[in-house]
Amino acid sequence: MGLTFNTETFRGDFTFHNSPAAIRRFPFPFDRDDYMYSVNMEPHVPGPKGTVFEHNFDVDEHYLSEMRDRALVLAEDPLRCQSLPHMTLAGWDLLELIMESKARDYPDLFELHKNGNRWHWINRPMQIDQSFTFLDETTLPYGPMEYITRQAQGDFTLQDQRDDNLWIEAGMVTTQADWSLDFDIGMGFHEWHAPVPKAHELGVFDRALKFLLKLQHGAPVRRFNWTMTVDPLLDTSPENYPVWGPTRAMITPGNVGSRMHLRVELQTLHRLPRSNAIAFPIRCYLIRFDELVTIPKWGRRLHRVIRDLPVELATYKGFERNRATMVDYLARFDDGAPTSPGWMPDPE
Amino acid sequence: MSVGAPKIPVTVAEVTEVNDLIKRFRFVRRDGGPMPPFSGGAHVVVEMDDHGTRRMNPYSLMGDPADSTGYCISVRRDEAGRGGSLYMHHHVRPGMQMVLGAPVNLFALDARAREHLLIAGGIGITPFIAQMAQLEALGGRFELHYAARNRALGAYMPALRAAYGDRVHTYFDDERQLIDLPALLAGQPLGTHLYVCGPKGMIGWVRASAEAAGWPRATVHHEEFLAPPVGVPFTVDLAASGKVITVGASQSLLEAIEAAGVEAPYLCRGGACGQCETAVLACDGHIQHNDHWLTDDQKASGTRIMPCVSRFEGRTLVLDR
Amino acid sequence: MTKTDFPPSIRSRPVYGELAYRPGSLHLMVADGEGANALVDLVARAGAEAPGLLARAHIIYMPGPNGTDLSAVVQALGAAQFHRSPSYASAELRLRKVLADARMGLQVYLAGTEGLIGQAQREAMAAGLPHDAVQTEHRGATVRRVQCVHCKGITENVRTDPFVCAHCGLTLFVRDHYSRRLAAFQGVNIDAEDPGKVPPLVERFT
Repeated sequence: MGLTFNTETFRGDFTFHNSPAAIRRFPFPFDRDDYMYSVNMEPHVPGPKGTVFEHNFDVDEHYLSEMRDRALVLAEDPLRCQSLPHMTLAGWDLLELIMESKARDYPDLFELHKNGNRWHWINRPMQIDQSFTFLDETTLPYGPMEYITRQAQGDFTLQDQRDDNLWIEAGMVTTQADWSLDFDIGMGFHEWHAPVPKAHELGVFDRALKFLLKLQHGAPVRRFNWTMTVDPLLDTSPENYPVWGPTRAMITPGNVGSRMHLRVELQTLHRLPRSNAIAFPIRCYLIRFDELVTIPKWGRRLHRVIRDLPVELATYKGFERNRATMVDYLARFDDGAPTSPGWMPDPE
Repeated sequence: MSVGAPKIPVTVAEVTEVNDLIKRFRFVRRDGGPMPPFSGGAHVVVEMDDHGTRRMNPYSLMGDPADSTGYCISVRRDEAGRGGSLYMHHHVRPGMQMVLGAPVNLFALDARAREHLLIAGGIGITPFIAQMAQLEALGGRFELHYAARNRALGAYMPALRAAYGDRVHTYFDDERQLIDLPALLAGQPLGTHLYVCGPKGMIGWVRASAEAAGWPRATVHHEEFLAPPVGVPFTVDLAASGKVITVGASQSLLEAIEAAGVEAPYLCRGGACGQCETAVLACDGHIQHNDHWLTDDQKASGTRIMPCVSRFEGRTLVLDR
Repeated sequence: MTKTDFPPSIRSRPVYGELAYRPGSLHLMVADGEGANALVDLVARAGAEAPGLLARAHIIYMPGPNGTDLSAVVQALGAAQFHRSPSYASAELRLRKVLADARMGLQVYLAGTEGLIGQAQREAMAAGLPHDAVQTEHRGATVRRVQCVHCKGITENVRTDPFVCAHCGLTLFVRDHYSRRLAAFQGVNIDAEDPGKVPPLVERFT
């Protein structure tokens, strides 16, 4: 299928970049010129060929570099991957979901062979060839969730369901938008979303929870979230805030185009069959402002969204202090022309 | 937003008479593929074409969740019911093609429990059979207390005894054997969770006893599917679809809505899950709320109805559907 | 001193109720400082159930972080078992033993400061009780137990916001975001974006 993996870094010299093809398939999250929180969930059904929705789990040119970055984060701080003792079965469910999806969707990259509970997994890009016994942790080098999420892009959390609530009780979180798994693990749905402004008052979380409690196996859903990140840093963790926080004070009119990134999370939700838990993959896509404005519709629209965003949201997302500089930069790419509905780029 | 998972087209592989009242049905996929895995306590909705009447009844999956070759349910014949169980008993034969909904679990085990105390009455044993198989495979601690009217109606007792030994305790009403609930509840280690499935009276007794013994609410789990009750026919206006429908005596409101070609969400069809909750736009009369979902205040307000089990008596009922 | 009314906050910030008698086989009460008065009120409200409550009660009491010590008041309740501990840390092993030996039917009542309530609730959860099965009532000091999200160290009895982490020395602002698993609020570096720009430490918790 001709996927070439970039050699790039998400730290230090920050050599991360998007190819022109990666820019065109970027999941731009705004389908209109303004933004407010909503439940905005839709069925996670296969999308058009080439888009990030084509497959259940998208594998793109950043795969190997993202997995290298994850390994570095875990070596620094093993608490980024945790699973409370009762969540092991959900971890196996997740392993099965990812392995089956990838082997089906990318047969030239991944293979899964099953003989009863004896499984054989091949991950060609990462040069992994592993035989193991499904549901037997002793046959894998890590627990099932950690094993498979060291081979899958994006963060993952697992939610147990009980007492008409969801409980975040396992996760692999190394590409997060400033929240701590170590602190939040064990919380209920409204608790771990507590710091989000405005959305509680709008009833967003009540509706979302009610919906998710009824989520069915085989009928996953998806939604977007987004924020801004200075430099292509996947690991914007609260743990390391003193390390990356100062970069927020370094944005100037001269560097905003090359250092400010739109950070989009494609979040999907899957009911897991054996554990009745819910898997929540949070896939992070980064794009530099000067890459993004090569799509004229997105440059126009991002300017309007950022300019008009309520101050609470810009503060919560951490870019209020740089908003004026960002808006000035983006304004150069907004000629005032109307934008077409939906997020897709206009045909060239 | 849709929650619809793909339905499962199946062939009836086996029909087994378990005792005078209960038959077991085994379904396999028509395409020969594996069934989706499920968690102990899950149910499926079985779709029946009963000579032109569409019936959709929920039944607990009772097979081993690790067995992906087929699904098993047990159906107790209910002579006074609306006909779903009679249809299953009298008309379903091996080789027949049927359709199942995807599994949904409204009676899940609490994975944190130090021990699982399972209390079953009669046909209420079925979800526990799947749960025990799953617990056994994963090394979970459990004990079962299973009461039946008499030895002949104690479905699956010998097999369960053989599989799980003295973790299975049986009781027979006609031999005046009663579960010594106070002693049982007093002896459990901290972190035990209690599960009860059986007749309404038993569920009430177990829940009240647990509360009196100081068991926290969140450690006591029950499952009670309501069969939609029969009643007097009534008429309903469906405002959103612009239709007027009549609900037959042995038909549920949800079934009547579906029969009119109007799409309505559902999961359990037994008044428990809340999925079919519908707004009442106007009501001149009395809604018979038969569900476990709406709060007493919501029921009294007359602004919501659960069409899977609830009925209406009066002049006008207008629904937002 | 009656129970504390905290200002409305975010959904992860714990809220406390008023202890009330519930039927049970063993009544474990853990309190510090002014929490003693919550136990006295609990027994008073239990009315006719009070003798049975006390006959099956095990009370662990310790002075509060502000020095309040009402041991005599608590001891005078006449519980079947009473233990005065000089601190929470010195009571923890005893608490674990009681919980490990307990059967279903145990009732847990916690009263006093947030640090005491949070840590004892965490032990009850670790022993298998659902968190909402544990009754809690806040009395006395409002000082906080705060975890530094950066170094993971916990600072006890935090009075100011911001405050200096007792472990890594960063200046942290105190969020209302709270973890039951850690029994702590979250502290986040206040000058991460502009190192050295630290506002004055204001006494916010007393």
